[in-house]
Amino acid sequence: MKAHYKTFAVMACTLLMLGFGLWYSAHKTLNVSAAATGGITGTIKFDGTPPHQKPIDMSKEPNCAKEHASNPVMTETVVVGPKGGLKWVVVYISEGLDAATASQVPSVTPVWDQKGCQYTPHVMALDVNQHFKVSNSDPHSHNIHPLPAPNGANHEWNRSQPPGTPPFDQAWAGQEVAIPVKCNIHPWMHGYMAVVKGPTAVSDDNGSYTIKNLPPGNYTVTAWQEVYGSQSQKVTVGAGKPATADFTFKAKAY
Amino acid sequence: MRFVVASLFTAILGLILATAFVTPASAQEAPNVGPKPPVVVKPMESHIGNITGHAAAAKSDYKRYCAGCHGNYGDSNGENAVWLDPKPRDFTIATFKCRSTLTGTLPTDEDLFKNIGRGFTNSNMPIWNTFTKQQRADLVAYIKIFSPRWEREKAGDPIKIPAEPPVTIDSIAHGKALFTKLECWKCHGSHGEGDGPSAATLTDSKDNPIRPYDFAAGKNDSRFKCGNTNEDLYKIFMTGLDGTPMPSFADVIQPNDAWDLVHFLRTLQVKRHSKENEVLSAAHGVIPPYVDKTPAPAAAPTDNKSPGGGN
Repeated sequence: MKAHYKTFAVMACTLLMLGFGLWYSAHKTLNVSAAATGGITGTIKFDGTPPHQKPIDMSKEPNCAKEHASNPVMTETVVVGPKGGLKWVVVYISEGLDAATASQVPSVTPVWDQKGCQYTPHVMALDVNQHFKVSNSDPHSHNIHPLPAPNGANHEWNRSQPPGTPPFDQAWAGQEVAIPVKCNIHPWMHGYMAVVKGPTAVSDDNGSYTIKNLPPGNYTVTAWQEVYGSQSQKVTVGAGKPATADFTFKAKAY
Repeated sequence: MRFVVASLFTAILGLILATAFVTPASAQEAPNVGPKPPVVVKPMESHIGNITGHAAAAKSDYKRYCAGCHGNYGDSNGENAVWLDPKPRDFTIATFKCRSTLTGTLPTDEDLFKNIGRGFTNSNMPIWNTFTKQQRADLVAYIKIFSPRWEREKAGDPIKIPAEPPVTIDSIAHGKALFTKLECWKCHGSHGEGDGPSAATLTDSKDNPIRPYDFAAGKNDSRFKCGNTNEDLYKIFMTGLDGTPMPSFADVIQPNDAWDLVHFLRTLQVKRHSKENEVLSAAHGVIPPYVDKTPAPAAAPTDNKSPGGGN
């Protein structure tokens, strides 16, 4: 009888040890990135009187003119919230990324939509080689015409997208801040795609942004706005609580 | 005294002759407005059929025939360019309108070879039938020295063009339906005269104003920049005219449907003698509404049992 208990005890211990080992290694792989990464957060403010945004006349496209009849769409070159927060600013790491983080390509496929004769979002931040989808939610055609700078890794193309077409799957091959996108049929439509390696963020209505999944280290973080250009600052990221980097863009005299 | 005059004369004559030898031989050079970097002639090649072109062999041809408009550096800043509309092609960007390859990709050597030979109607690019094939191939290679894209990328694959179906009134009717559905009229106008609602605000990729093609202009000359045949027309909307507002419809149109669109577009050339216009006249000039004759998908079994008893 005693022998059986002994065998049982040995087997149980082995199984327990195996189980613990498996659990521990799984736990370690799952949590190692979460425990070891940090981020950067902050607010982008606008100092001064922003340039007047103008209502867009969409009478050339009757569907859109009707849709926005009671609430006209404004141009989006400088969008400042009620508390002075600057929207549509791309924030990215311009220096300090280690090779592993820089080469990661997110599997998320963001959508660039055409709705109400506007691009949604107005500014999209993408990683190099990250796939995105272009969709047309309007009842009429658009053509998507990105215009990257010549002789870089990204090339100009121009595709028609009638309503009901399945979304186009695309990706950009090289860093570029930022690629302007236009629609020739609707000349008021403007947007930007900022293609940059590493984690990025775009500021929201309050001018707030958060960059996540950044390993601890010393970085240069850059904020880019379509009218006011770029600003950079150095920031040190530790594991856990995000570091803070605020930016202020000043109004120009003219 | 005579000796002094004679020797003075000889000296002056000698001086004139000496300067004549020293002056650069190419008196047709553009005025020298300062030091200019030399043109680096990279050893680019072109392959058209069994002809291989070499950039170095075209250097003097380019300078003599092309640089006046396209510029010594291929950047469309030749001395004539200020007076030209449309502007000469800027080779430094390597974006070309008339290709057989998809939007965003480089043209094939054969595309460029044909473009030089055919010229571009309604522009200042002549029909260069004065060159031999070898000269043209060398010039295609020379164009490639101006943009690093040619070193980094291969040309796109030429699109596959299915055989053209017969020209019938049904084909034309389908083409007209496509013209409406794909909203070509937004730029080209309902009669293809280039007066659509979006036409007035069109700009090319360098922000220069540009007009959509006017199909009704001209008579028997097709005035298509990318070639006169139906196949050339087919290629235009399957590849898009890169650098202009004309997009590619390759993702949104079936290859056979595209032929129907070509047949309809030919009827917009109202003054041209074409098979399409003959077929249209035979139908008394009326394009019937298009009826989709593709068989409907088989009805699901539950439909037959619907209480309404309808079809």
